[in-house]
Amino acid sequence: MKNPYRYSQKISTGSKVKTILASFLLILYLVPFALVAINSLKQKINIVRFPLELVDPKGPQWINYKHAIEEMAFFRSFGNSFIITSCSVVLLLVFSAMAAYIFVRASEWKACKISFALLLASMAVPFQVVMIPLISIYGGIFGILNSKTTLILMNFGFGTGLCIFMCDGFIKTSVPIALEEAATIDGCSYHGIFFRIVLPLMKPILSTIAILQILGFWNDYLLPSLVLGKKRLYTLPLAIRTFYGTFTNDYGNIMAGLMLSIIPIIIVYIFLQKYIIGGVIAGAVKS
Amino acid sequence: MNQKMSNGKKTFLFLSFAGPSVLFFILAFVFPLIYGVYLTFTDWNGLSSTVNFVGLANYKVVLHDASFWKSLSLTVGYSLVSVLTINLVAFGLAYLLTSGIKGQNFLRAGFFTPNLIGGLILGYVWQFIFSRVLVPFYKFLPVALLQKSWLSSPHTAMAAMIIVTTWQYSGYMLLIYIAGFVGIPSDLIEAAKIDGANEHRITRSIRLPLMVPSIVISLFISITRTFKVYDLNLSLTAGGPYDSTKLAAMHIFTKAFEEQKYGIGQAEALVMFIVMAAIALTQTYIGKKRELEM
Repeated sequence: MKNPYRYSQKISTGSKVKTILASFLLILYLVPFALVAINSLKQKINIVRFPLELVDPKGPQWINYKHAIEEMAFFRSFGNSFIITSCSVVLLLVFSAMAAYIFVRASEWKACKISFALLLASMAVPFQVVMIPLISIYGGIFGILNSKTTLILMNFGFGTGLCIFMCDGFIKTSVPIALEEAATIDGCSYHGIFFRIVLPLMKPILSTIAILQILGFWNDYLLPSLVLGKKRLYTLPLAIRTFYGTFTNDYGNIMAGLMLSIIPIIIVYIFLQKYIIGGVIAGAVKS
Repeated sequence: MNQKMSNGKKTFLFLSFAGPSVLFFILAFVFPLIYGVYLTFTDWNGLSSTVNFVGLANYKVVLHDASFWKSLSLTVGYSLVSVLTINLVAFGLAYLLTSGIKGQNFLRAGFFTPNLIGGLILGYVWQFIFSRVLVPFYKFLPVALLQKSWLSSPHTAMAAMIIVTTWQYSGYMLLIYIAGFVGIPSDLIEAAKIDGANEHRITRSIRLPLMVPSIVISLFISITRTFKVYDLNLSLTAGGPYDSTKLAAMHIFTKAFEEQKYGIGQAEALVMFIVMAAIALTQTYIGKKRELEM
């Protein structure tokens, strides 16, 4: 592409076929969402009879959305998801960056060595291994389940390993120690250095982590399903699950409910697409 | 921070910087992990106040629990086939999208879409496709595969799980492979072209070997993710029909929280972890060795 003069002939013919092929595959990829979208506006009888028809003979059935919003308490679940996701991510970013900083700059301290090694090792362990004891301890012994705060703190505890690992690599390669030394000479405290110099420099890695974690927390089902037993605390995935259970045969409402869970994240994606893709690539290659 | 510093000052600095992360990591992970190992030696049901120490009895039960081994072997099979299909599709798409076609950023973003939406919802979306959309096709295309819902018989239900998993994760692995393709020095490829190598030869002798690091990462991520899959399994097939798609994670969940056998469930979780770690590490070890040789 950078040298159009040389390959212009070859690219124009070969790439047309490839572009068409890739576009066709993309359409195939997105068909499932399109099918849910068109069926979310039909009566249930027509969904069952003619799932491929574009519109309902009686026009778009917006009533499905009204029912779904009410039945899955959409706004409340959305609010819960929003609070849990944003609080978890902010906690994670600030404290993981701080921890990674001391782990890098004081890597010869024993406490740093041990904690870093443990945090690294934890990343390989699937959640199922700690799920049962987690519920035994915090549900059975302490009785602090059914609280957003508990879930947020658990998200923080589980997520911090990966975040510290990613911050650690970034600080080592991209945060120059000379700046910090200059600040020390000027009499700045370690906390001052971190918040005034290091944290602003970490923006690229922090935005990558934020993107990965927001997607993870927003879509998480298993941990919230164990921690949040009360309906008023349900996040979107939990709400859609119970909604599904009660409306198993009413496909119109169910399709609308699924769309309601999909739409918010797609809207965000349309605006932040470049950053999300970039963040995911950076995260994937790092981990 | 290596100047002479009093121990008190060191402790203060460590706690003020790393304290919160380490504390909640211990509370959420280390403490439960240790307690979990203890649980496997007890008969606790999650409710009663009496906890009896039963030694290795739970492990014995796990060893003889045919349904657990069935779910674990289903998981291994499902994971291996999915990992293969995910990575083949992702590699092919990445090759297509880096060969200088128009609108590749848009296409990349499009293929990534399923990863934005959690497994639970993706499973429900496909449950609808398999049980309602594909079946009417039988009228136009009378092949046996379309006669009834894929989710209603064991082999096709497992195939459905694999298709959805491939659809879900190939867009993610695609990004890793694109990063790999872009990282290949273009002068190497040009030199090969001058030497008369065709596309096929360039891919086999230059691209593939240089992509080994991306392949190792991708395989590791896809193995660990498919091994612990739960939400997609729950919403797409719920383990049915006749437990033919009940994967290990779901088996453990049912054992612990529905049958209230915490100790047995926990012992199974440990076994699952060991099997997964063995597969993922072997793969990485072989991959790294190849990386060095090339």
